[in-house]
Amino acid sequence: MSRHSGPKPYLNPYLSGTLLGIVLFLAYFITGSGLGASGGLNRLLVYVQNVINPEHIDQVAYLLKMAGGNANPLDSWIVFLTVGTIVGGFLSGWLGKRIKIETNKGPQISSGTRWIMAFIGGALMGYGARLARGCTSGQALSGGAVLSVGSWAFMFAVFAGAYALAYFFRKFWN
Amino acid sequence: MMSFPLPLADLLGHWGSYGIYALVGIAFGMTLESAGFGNSKLLAAQFYFKDMRVFKVMFTAIIVAMTLIFLSSAIGLLDYNLIWVPPTYLWPGIVGGLIMGVGFIIGGFCPGTSLVGFATGKLDAVMFVFGVLFGIYLFGETIGNYAVFFESSYMGRFTLPELFNVSYGSVVISIVVVALALFVIAEKVESAVNKTPAKKLPGWTKPAAVALVALAAVNLAVGQPSNEDRWQAIAAESQAKLDQRQVQIAPAELLTYMNDSKIKLIPLDVRDERYYNQFHLRGAIHAPLDQIQEMAKELQLELANTVFVTMSNDEEAATEAWKILKAESVPNIYILEGGINAWLDTYAHDSFGEESRVHDRQPDQLAYRFNVATGSRHQAAEPDPHFLDLKYEPKVILELKRAPTSGGCG
Repeated sequence: MSRHSGPKPYLNPYLSGTLLGIVLFLAYFITGSGLGASGGLNRLLVYVQNVINPEHIDQVAYLLKMAGGNANPLDSWIVFLTVGTIVGGFLSGWLGKRIKIETNKGPQISSGTRWIMAFIGGALMGYGARLARGCTSGQALSGGAVLSVGSWAFMFAVFAGAYALAYFFRKFWN
Repeated sequence: MMSFPLPLADLLGHWGSYGIYALVGIAFGMTLESAGFGNSKLLAAQFYFKDMRVFKVMFTAIIVAMTLIFLSSAIGLLDYNLIWVPPTYLWPGIVGGLIMGVGFIIGGFCPGTSLVGFATGKLDAVMFVFGVLFGIYLFGETIGNYAVFFESSYMGRFTLPELFNVSYGSVVISIVVVALALFVIAEKVESAVNKTPAKKLPGWTKPAAVALVALAAVNLAVGQPSNEDRWQAIAAESQAKLDQRQVQIAPAELLTYMNDSKIKLIPLDVRDERYYNQFHLRGAIHAPLDQIQEMAKELQLELANTVFVTMSNDEEAATEAWKILKAESVPNIYILEGGINAWLDTYAHDSFGEESRVHDRQPDQLAYRFNVATGSRHQAAEPDPHFLDLKYEPKVILELKRAPTSGGCG
């Protein structure tokens, strides 16, 4: 393998799934908690809000829980898990020579359109994840593996929502 | 004694335990990135049936983790009661899920995958992460307007085996078999949509699938531990505590916690409804013996500074309840020494005339007669704090809570 070879291919999905399953199992086995992502982003955001406008935190019950009084919104395991996820993603991308500044998009749209779509989709994801008390990792994956009823209902809802609208957005991806 | 999950905060300290979560996060990020989940085009291809990688990775992960979790619980290594099962809020979950599905097809990521896209330089992932933060911000600003819906259809820790009223083992093996069948279908769909010949799977996949089904079958055969099994595992240690009277707290100690704002006291009154209506302590929850095991799941969700005290008229039924809850791994659980009878002896003796006392009573029968159902309105339900001077030997030692009180999205 020379230094100038291109990016390494992604792993076989069943191998990736098995590795991810083992990571998820070990997370539960050792810590008692599953995986997650939106919770960490949530707390990072609340931390910034608390720095900019602490009075506002004190007026919103939902934020107060995380950053009211002396509570430090970063004092949570999920923040460390989230930072670890970013570091791990970087390490894996670096080892696989896949780190590249680029925009992945369908051939029919411009990068600018793709960025706007990503922002809108992200906003919907962020909003939905808080409403559902979890994202694809925390609810669907982790809750699914421990057989939570709500997590399975959530998982079907995510796939249903995406498949229902996939036809209308086909130009953006194909 | 089931030793996992580990009491991380005990072993490594508050901040030290976070190091473990960072390592878990690194492993999580590496698997997501190497699966191709940093690439939004690959993720979106799922919804056009071109590359069903999202489905394959996710369901392989679920069946592998699920089988290992329940198998290690079946053989007594892992305490399922101490792991975080996201509580079910059915309709907020479904509506949130639909919104996220729409966000997925428009944005091309989910929050976890956008992090690894972000880490590998994908500009669309960067924009997505900003979008997620904006969405979370909007949620915080608007949730106050419909908090009732957000808190609705709460079903607590509710699992598929409980929903279908079948064993954990049979649900696990069914999901494994259905997922494996769906993988076969997914491969066929992919080759049909892409008009390519069927891909050859790596040689290890078939034996691995067989091994997973075999593990799920072992899990089904062994079964999850019953309350009795769980008690047997801790009986030696816990029975000794009962015999040495380390967990029976005096009425005066209980009264102290009733008046201590740093402790959340939950008295669990296990007597039948008749006695409970006649008299119970302020804040006491009616917890009959035949329902208390079911209640353990909710008790696990209480904060770390919660102390539970079981009580019956004497100690018999309260001790039974203590054993059931102890076996279910409920932390900080004690018994009221001498029961309600001792409580009334201490705080209300003088208010009862001779005609109100029951002599020659059966075990666990109330020693005082109540002519009306006073519930918690009796003066002894919340005794005058001047009684706080009473001396007692303190027995409650708060243990660090092992079961998490929030999941990955808290």
